[in-house]
Amino acid sequence: MDRTFDIKHYRGFFSITCLCLVILYGPLIIVMIYSFNDSVSITNWGGISLRWYVEIFTGLESAKFKAAAWNSFSIAIMAAIVSTVIATAAAIGMIRGGNFKGKFASFALISLPIMVPEIVTAVATLIFFSTIGFKLGTLSILVAHTVFCIPFAYLPISARLQGIDASYEEAAQDLFANRWKTFRYVLMPIMWPGIVAGFLLAFIISLDDFIITNFIKGAGIETLPTAIFGSVKQGIKPNIMALSTLLLLFSIALVTLSYFIGKRGEANQNTQQ
Amino acid sequence: MTSAVSLHDVRKDFGSLTALSDVTLEIEDNEFFTLLGPSGCGKTTLLRMIAGFEGATAGTIRLFGDEIEHLPPNKRPVNTVFQNYAIFPHMNVAENIGFSLRMLGWTKLEIQTRVDEMIEMVKLGALVDRKPSQISGGQQQRVALARAMAPRPKVLLLDEPLSALDLKLRQEMRTELKRLQRDTGITFIFVTHDQEEALSMSDRIAVMSDGKVQQIGTPFEIYEHPNNRFIANFIGETNMLPSTIDTVEGLNLVCQLEGGQMLDALANCDNIPGATGVLSLRPERLSITKTEPTGKILKGELGDRVYLGTDTQFIVKLSAELNLKVRMQNSFFQGANYKTGDTVFVTIADGAARFLVD
Amino acid sequence: MAAGTGSGSTVSAIFSPVRLWLLLPSWIVIGFFLLVPVLLMLTYSFLTKEFRGGVIWEFSLASYDQFLFDRGLFGDEAPVVKWTYINIFIRSILQAIGATIFCLLIGFPTAYFIATRPIQSRTIWLFLITVPYWVNLLIRTVSMKFLIRDSGPLNELLLYIGLIDAPLHVINTNFAVQLGLFYSYLPFMVLPIYASVERYNFTFSEVASDLYASKVTILWEVILPVVKPGIIAGSILVFVPSLGAFLAPDLLGGAKTFMIGSLIEDQFKGNAGNWPFGAAASMILLSLVLVVLMFYVRAQNKDQT
Repeated sequence: MDRTFDIKHYRGFFSITCLCLVILYGPLIIVMIYSFNDSVSITNWGGISLRWYVEIFTGLESAKFKAAAWNSFSIAIMAAIVSTVIATAAAIGMIRGGNFKGKFASFALISLPIMVPEIVTAVATLIFFSTIGFKLGTLSILVAHTVFCIPFAYLPISARLQGIDASYEEAAQDLFANRWKTFRYVLMPIMWPGIVAGFLLAFIISLDDFIITNFIKGAGIETLPTAIFGSVKQGIKPNIMALSTLLLLFSIALVTLSYFIGKRGEANQNTQQ
Repeated sequence: MTSAVSLHDVRKDFGSLTALSDVTLEIEDNEFFTLLGPSGCGKTTLLRMIAGFEGATAGTIRLFGDEIEHLPPNKRPVNTVFQNYAIFPHMNVAENIGFSLRMLGWTKLEIQTRVDEMIEMVKLGALVDRKPSQISGGQQQRVALARAMAPRPKVLLLDEPLSALDLKLRQEMRTELKRLQRDTGITFIFVTHDQEEALSMSDRIAVMSDGKVQQIGTPFEIYEHPNNRFIANFIGETNMLPSTIDTVEGLNLVCQLEGGQMLDALANCDNIPGATGVLSLRPERLSITKTEPTGKILKGELGDRVYLGTDTQFIVKLSAELNLKVRMQNSFFQGANYKTGDTVFVTIADGAARFLVD
Repeated sequence: MAAGTGSGSTVSAIFSPVRLWLLLPSWIVIGFFLLVPVLLMLTYSFLTKEFRGGVIWEFSLASYDQFLFDRGLFGDEAPVVKWTYINIFIRSILQAIGATIFCLLIGFPTAYFIATRPIQSRTIWLFLITVPYWVNLLIRTVSMKFLIRDSGPLNELLLYIGLIDAPLHVINTNFAVQLGLFYSYLPFMVLPIYASVERYNFTFSEVASDLYASKVTILWEVILPVVKPGIIAGSILVFVPSLGAFLAPDLLGGAKTFMIGSLIEDQFKGNAGNWPFGAAASMILLSLVLVVLMFYVRAQNKDQT
């Protein structure tokens, strides 16, 4: 059969893409499969069972994991809320504020947490807390998380805001809305998908953080990542597989949710046909 | 009587760029007033200054006698129909129309009544619950109109509201808007670059270019008695013939063209003999004949013609460099009798030639 | 025509005090909890180590000294450059470069392939590529560790097929760390390149082909220069995090693959730590990263003119 000439086609690129996907998903799928392994040993396959899932919730280490999960989720929610509020305010100030003197510096400052390597942030934060005598614990983790969640929340929010025509706000003002009412009744509803995406992103980032949390958590507090790390250091156990699979599926669900909210938001935004 | 909107010596600078200067005009109550000009002439900037989205660098803006420059947009009793409509995408038609009333604190019942009135007025009945993404461009435009008129503004500002519509819809909306203005008695300030729109809809027009007001007048005045070359060229079509004044009698002039021909013309201000300028002649005020008429005439060679359905436009070559466009109505003129290359005479209707200096 | 985009119009000029209040929280939070700590860390690198970990507030160049030299710069004998720590940095840089190249070799064809798919399937491909990124990095690294260890499924599979006779000892090697870094940051390489290729106008390829160029030549001489910004952006996004990475070297590497991240982490563990030294190493890492970023920004600005 004649192969039609496709200028875009390069031989082997498809295979490499598939290889790429295999490498990306392989380890995850393997872990998921082995989380159902009935055998105690992780090397031998003993049949399918849910025992390890049960074990996380009821077994020896379950109390530790539950406490860690509680810490992780509560810190993530609070950090996400605070950082989203701060990021929303900052986005409005930056994008609707025109060109003002400190604009570039502001932007640099907001992006700073992403640019500084995590380990450097961890060290700096530890030194800072220790110098001012700030007790290490849940609160210290919360503060540190809020800081680096801000730029992550900022990204989707500012992207959304930039795509919103300023004429909506002008129309609202023309129709007698003051600044606050313009924000509340017009700007925020249209911005909302971006804010939600920012919140979810901040939430996941905080939930997943390991390096910074590990540095400044102090003794006695664990989050899910630090608990998993501690356990893995002693050797990979099957219950860790189960826990990892749960976290994995949760992250994927959250991202998919964020993706669909974004799509719906785009549909609402388009008033021109 | 106090004018609805009064601008005095208004100036607007954007940094080193002067967008508007020396703008002085009075817009009367209950008037359909149009700001007409090419892109970049400053008409939209002027509109936005009346609305409150831009501040004046100098000069005063009064609304029914009260100075309003210091007031933010949400404190001025004027409302705007935006060029891109800016219908809130997350509210349906009824909520959009009622938005201003909500901001002003009207009761639910009052809002409901008024919204129904407006929907009736722009005929959007069936679409009340629809979201903007579910209605057409023309329908969105009517929503924008209803929304801006709901709070009973004294002055309505319209920023090129018809430019996004296709031809048929545009023509319909022109009649609609004219009717609305007449029925409601609201002063309309309309911005457009389309001279046909301006001529057909306005009570008075302000022609603008390069940030300045060139002329203010009724459509008739603007078309028949343009004050300068720019206006004569911008509105409709015209022929520009360089000429020198020979004699002056009040506003009646006799001018001599470069080729020596003498023509009667009207001036728009005092002139002296010997002054140079151009004669503006509208193609439809000229006609072609084969027989030599009496009085002041022009003679030339018939060139190309363009068939335009109702009219035909002929080119008459007066000399090597000078061409005249003449428009003849096809129902009254037998173009077939005239061949390219024939010698023809061009007669000018009384008062049709205008002498312009700049 | 005056556009109401908020820049230069009155709507935003009235805004100034409001704008200040909107930006203040982010300034305060990031300024106080990141900027100040980093400056404090800089200060710490010049302090003296306290016996039990922590610091004594006494100026000293000891940390930087210790980093470079075997004996004090101001000691009795001539200073001998100590290679231990410098080696660690060099190794980290090489690992980061390696990971970047690895990501480039696999990431570029992948990004190109996805960008040339029909629009509907494009989003699906992108989704597939980015979803693994959303899984916790720790879990991903642990999964990779589980997979490639001596008695792990990969070796089992290879043994089973008969491709190898004895288990491949991959874990705890430099290669394992490379693999881990590649696995961690691949999407960062794919996405910017995808964005660049998506904007590329394939009519250029057609023109080149019409003028007798082979596909390879087209790729090398026509496509690559246009896509360069994406490649550079992707490389930076992989190189910088790889440099300071902690998880991949710690979980997948061993004593022989010690990198900056682990070195720094060591300094803050309990009593054996040396805080000023850790601070100094962090400052050096930060400086390295800032230098790379500055090159990037300057290269971008040059491209813009």
